Amino acid sequence: MAHFSNQLVTRDQAKVMNRYDIARRMLTHLHNDEAVIGGIGYSNFDLWAASANPNGRRQQNFYMLGSMGLAVPIALGVAMAQPQRRTIAFEGDGSILMQLGALGTVAARAQKNLIVVILDNGAYQITGGQKTLTDQGLDIVAVARASGLAQSAWAADESAFEETIQRALKEDGPWLIGCRIDNSKPVDTTERDPSRIRDQFMRGLGVKK
Amino acid sequence: MADRAWYEIVRDVLKQHNVSLIPFVPDNVLRPLIELLEADPFFTAFSVSREEEALGIAAGAWMGGMRAIVLMQTSGFATLANQLASLSVPFQIPTMMIVSERGTLGEFNIGQMLVARTMRPVLDCLAIEHHTVARLDEVEFIFDRSIRQAVATLGPVCFILSPLLTGGKVFAA
Repeated sequence: MAHFSNQLVTRDQAKVMNRYDIARRMLTHLHNDEAVIGGIGYSNFDLWAASANPNGRRQQNFYMLGSMGLAVPIALGVAMAQPQRRTIAFEGDGSILMQLGALGTVAARAQKNLIVVILDNGAYQITGGQKTLTDQGLDIVAVARASGLAQSAWAADESAFEETIQRALKEDGPWLIGCRIDNSKPVDTTERDPSRIRDQFMRGLGVKK
Repeated sequence: MADRAWYEIVRDVLKQHNVSLIPFVPDNVLRPLIELLEADPFFTAFSVSREEEALGIAAGAWMGGMRAIVLMQTSGFATLANQLASLSVPFQIPTMMIVSERGTLGEFNIGQMLVARTMRPVLDCLAIEHHTVARLDEVEFIFDRSIRQAVATLGPVCFILSPLLTGGKVFAA
């Protein structure tokens, strides 16, 4: 499986979607306690917001509170430690631009259980909406492919995103799914309690009882 | 086992403590250790593009139940202040690091000499446990006890390998 022949769209053709809605749609397909690493900023906040449910909050999520750019490396580490568990990095365009080498590392490790979701609004939105390089011609999916991640594609729209994430949860990766998103404010703000976040996550992964 | 080289002792202690994942940025002084770890199927040793990437991988592995140690040069450590301050320390992740010490005892590159001066102050102001390993007869004790301490206290630890131990890197005068 080298490419997505049925859904190859360019960044320009991809529909501009909503970050919270993408997080919510992704989470509805997670039925096996998959690990999700939320990068910093609004990707993190909307992952937090979408993970709330009447029985508490999803435990298998990790929320970074700094260390910009490390969502993919952290997810790779989790995926290597627990090869039977699917692990997802939920990362923004500004963040991944800080750590493009990590895409090459994921490709070199050929990490089968790893999925990278990039939320690309072309802006450092949390700092005032300054343009990122993706708004000036840099195509993250193209960079990913050139880094060796053959299974990388832009999600054409919401249903294509869901179709791709379902496939990535079943078939061997690594995968990278690019999602263009709008500049909506996040729905909530992540609780800034790092030791609790780490402890919950490790319990969610069965590392702590 | 008095005949072991420093890198053989380090390998043995890492194995005893089940530290099996070794993301690294290459270094000439660490080369014998890297080669030893790469040759041993117990370890998964691989190079990454930046030290902070290695730190992230090690952090994820720890949370997933696998122990890791990051290998780097002194100049590489200088890129880690933000990640140590915003990931390892506040999240209580016992990031383990081996740094081959440059900048002293015969340094020939002024840039290495200056950047090396930032290492211990950064470790000290983040209250990170660190040891300068200079003697062969202390390698096992320092690594063994410090790995135990890192795991028990959920605090990072940095092993600085002095040229007194490794021979360092010298200018061919």
